[in-house]
Amino acid sequence: MSDNKDKNWPSWEVFTQVKSGAPHEHAGNVHAPDSELALQNARDVYSRRNEAMSIWVVKSDQITATSPSDSGPFFEPSEDKIYRTPNYYKIKEKVKYESITK
Amino acid sequence: MSPSPNKEALLQYCLYLADNSLILGHRLSEWCGHGPILEEDIALANISLDLIGQSRLFYSYAAEVEGLNKSEDDYAYFRDARQFRNALLCEIPNGHFGTSILRQLLFSQYACLLFEKLSQSTDTKLAAIASKSLKECLYHLRHSSEWTIRLGCGTEESHSKMLEAIEAVWRYHKDLFADDHFEKEMKSSGIAPLSSSLYNEWVEKIKIVFDLASLAFPDQTFNVIGGRDGKHTEHLGYILADMQFVQRAYPGGEW
Repeated sequence: MSDNKDKNWPSWEVFTQVKSGAPHEHAGNVHAPDSELALQNARDVYSRRNEAMSIWVVKSDQITATSPSDSGPFFEPSEDKIYRTPNYYKIKEKVKYESITK
Repeated sequence: MSPSPNKEALLQYCLYLADNSLILGHRLSEWCGHGPILEEDIALANISLDLIGQSRLFYSYAAEVEGLNKSEDDYAYFRDARQFRNALLCEIPNGHFGTSILRQLLFSQYACLLFEKLSQSTDTKLAAIASKSLKECLYHLRHSSEWTIRLGCGTEESHSKMLEAIEAVWRYHKDLFADDHFEKEMKSSGIAPLSSSLYNEWVEKIKIVFDLASLAFPDQTFNVIGGRDGKHTEHLGYILADMQFVQRAYPGGEW
């Protein structure tokens, strides 16, 4: 395993921006020995038909991510308390701007 | 006011540019499915496609200049080795990855310097093709420079492979700069620079990359030239046999 790790190039996550002002979105990943070659590989793999105008690469192991087992504690609590979202509350007919100012 | 160029000279010059791109593009296409890793396989195929695209533009313009209703295919598939004008560097075998990278570095640096000048040409069509091609070649140069540096400075093995590459490739580099009389005519009509005039800057730029790659700049003085005169290495015939077989066996065949 460790032997394998030494021989394989690290993996890099690729983010591409399709037009100026748009967010960089995750496109996929590439293998590369360093960041410059990761950029080149990303360009060749994810923008060979001119799909991007800017590319970010970041080493995959530099990303801290939630794990599937986190999904309960992380995400579910917000699902069952609908009073947390504004559209839970109905605005009463009476409460209109005019009636308040009168 | 520069004299208008002899049609034959312009035609032959376009064929020289087209043949360089086609033959090197074909060579690189041989890497497809054989790259050292997936990403590099795609990168080499991309460069190959860029070069073949450039050759199509130059062949189309050659056809326009010649005015005999020829197509790109007539030049690519129905000429023999002696009629091909490409520099010898473009046709030498891929060797290992380091050899292909070094060959690409030497060629791309030449192409960048040439197309930079040619994009200012008084011939607007050549200028347009050159400025489009220049962008592609700048990327090829970046790709091959970065790899040369990494292989040169990598491990003992990668360094010695680059020394092998120099051994295999270096003797052909001077052919890129061996002006012929067509090129001299292009120069005197103000259409194109002499390749030889690009040599000093080329050496400077290549030296920078070699320095970064911890590779000694070769002092080898044995050079082979003759591509522009159709005096090719034995390798070109094999490339043409592969590339031209179908069109020669089934002329005009399409799929």
